[in-house]
Amino acid sequence: MVKVSNISKSFKDVLALDNVTFAANQGELYGIIGPDGAGKTTLFRIMTTLTIPDNGTVYINNRSIIKDYMEIRKHIGYMPGKFALYQDLTVEENLNFFASVFDTDVNENYDLIKGIYSHIAPFKKRKAGNLSGGMKQKLALSCALIHKPEVLFLDEPTTGVDPVSRKEFWDMLAGLKQMGITIIVSTPYMDEASRCDRIALIKNGKFLHVDTPDNIIAAFNKNLIAVTASGMKTLLNDIRKCNHITSAFAFGSEIHALIDDYNNIGNVLSYLNTMKYRDAEIKIISPNIEDCFIWSK
Amino acid sequence: MKQLMSFIKKEVLHIIRDKRTILILLIMPIIQIMLFGFAMTLEVKNINVAVFYEYGDEMAEKIIARISASEYFNIVKSIDNINDVNNIFKTEDVDTVIVFSHNFSKDLYNMASPSIQIINDASDPNQASTVTSYISAIISSFQNDIILQTKPIIINTELKMLYNPELNGAYNFVPGVMALVLTLICAMMTSISIVREKEFGTMELLLVSPMKPAYIIISKIVPYFIISTINLVTILVLAVSLLDIPIKGSLMLLMAVSFLFIFLSLSVGILISSLVSSQAAAMLISGMGMMMPVMLLSGMLFPIDSMPKFLQVIADIVPASWYFTAVKKIMLEGQGLINVGKEIIVLTFMLFLLILASVKKFKVRLG
Repeated sequence: MVKVSNISKSFKDVLALDNVTFAANQGELYGIIGPDGAGKTTLFRIMTTLTIPDNGTVYINNRSIIKDYMEIRKHIGYMPGKFALYQDLTVEENLNFFASVFDTDVNENYDLIKGIYSHIAPFKKRKAGNLSGGMKQKLALSCALIHKPEVLFLDEPTTGVDPVSRKEFWDMLAGLKQMGITIIVSTPYMDEASRCDRIALIKNGKFLHVDTPDNIIAAFNKNLIAVTASGMKTLLNDIRKCNHITSAFAFGSEIHALIDDYNNIGNVLSYLNTMKYRDAEIKIISPNIEDCFIWSK
Repeated sequence: MKQLMSFIKKEVLHIIRDKRTILILLIMPIIQIMLFGFAMTLEVKNINVAVFYEYGDEMAEKIIARISASEYFNIVKSIDNINDVNNIFKTEDVDTVIVFSHNFSKDLYNMASPSIQIINDASDPNQASTVTSYISAIISSFQNDIILQTKPIIINTELKMLYNPELNGAYNFVPGVMALVLTLICAMMTSISIVREKEFGTMELLLVSPMKPAYIIISKIVPYFIISTINLVTILVLAVSLLDIPIKGSLMLLMAVSFLFIFLSLSVGILISSLVSSQAAAMLISGMGMMMPVMLLSGMLFPIDSMPKFLQVIADIVPASWYFTAVKKIMLEGQGLINVGKEIIVLTFMLFLLILASVKKFKVRLG
């Protein structure tokens, strides 16, 4: 459905995308996961025919983004990073406008957006600029879906949206997937990765892994521990100095670290106790996507 | 077609929702006509004059009476001491001092050439030279009157001011305001409204849609074309009814040339929008880059003929200067199509050039 081969793109001397290759199948929910500045938006702009890559080819349903861009534009839906809505038009006017831009009308594909639009329908006379982040997101998604696209490109749709709306949003995407729409979605939130069929981890313009979330976690072959103690501020620096620990990162209220051998946990604990961390605790944990991201080559 | 109509409807909504801007757009030409027509006049009126003469001097008193009778001058003070003349500009609100020589009448009767000195506050050189010529005119007409009684051989200069017999400044300003308002509204507002789509990211969406670029441009143009037409009519109605400026030539021709200029300014706006990516930049370029040349180089404030050669060349590139000339010819001088042919051809040529450039510059992709 979406076939990206050996895409590279640089801006002046910054290499934004470095030889990226992947393919998403019909009806797949494909996640592109990576931090800000990893090259996600550039990749989306190339796939949506907005930018031409320096190298490589992209085919959307066997149409080339270079030659057949006008045909592609009729059949894709795109939601850019910031919700691109007309702030001074009402919810209803925005939806009607985007429907007419794609030469259709709201009634024709209302079934497709019903589940999403019904949330904001009570506010249809309100100006888009006065909506909350979550409502803007739903309106932008409705606008991107109104012409029943074959592929939906969502660039960081959940950034700046509250956790409840985020969860709702992923439920909606699951619903759209059921209707056979191919969805390519990017996000900087690692915890959303598990909602995708397959994910690609992107860092500095390079794809690190492409696989299902479960396989990526299963492929993690390092000894991972979680460390907690009072005095977290200095703990990270001190634990990095311990010679059984290869590396460590802060993960919210605990520290995730790689240990050379699980048998050495006792040694690490006594190392911490000899310093000032009397209440230090160490657990063996299974990795999540973020661990995989941080400790991928 | 349905696409285009709903796009135009959207643009109209944008304009109507922004109440402040629409108000400014519709009121701006009215205020400008008022300002240029009444307040900002280059004519000289209500000049305060102080005089120094010997009391009882018959001829001096007659001349003063004539000056005083003119609507331009108010005799505000009679100076007693010749030494006060230098200080009077500092102490009193006086623009001009007229000094009559000693024994003025007596010298005049004896053919001994008496003299009159006119001292001006020349910090405003334009006013000073106008005042001087007015006073000289009054004195020479007085002189003619007395010479006529004695010797009838004189050369009389007769002045005739064509097309604007009262030397009314508004005659020059109305075509200028038309050029200014149409340039500002068309170029500034279209460029801002297109660039706003870039800033808000909606242009990205429009580009990803199958919408034809031509539709995007046409729908941006139509509402501002309508507003410009309203402004054009407002200015003409005000000029005729309030400032008593006649439309001597064909109204059809005047409107046709104006529409040509509106399209030209609209395409300038589109070109600007394709060059910049922020509303502030669009405003600066169309505001400073368009308004200044229109004000200074169109001939509205300063005659182009008396500019240095290189400024004349620049003025030739400014579309407004051609439009300004054409409007003056049609409206004030009542000339027909043949006489404004050159202006129309130049404006049409510029329009094609600009459309070509904007179409070339319009990007179907980002950056």
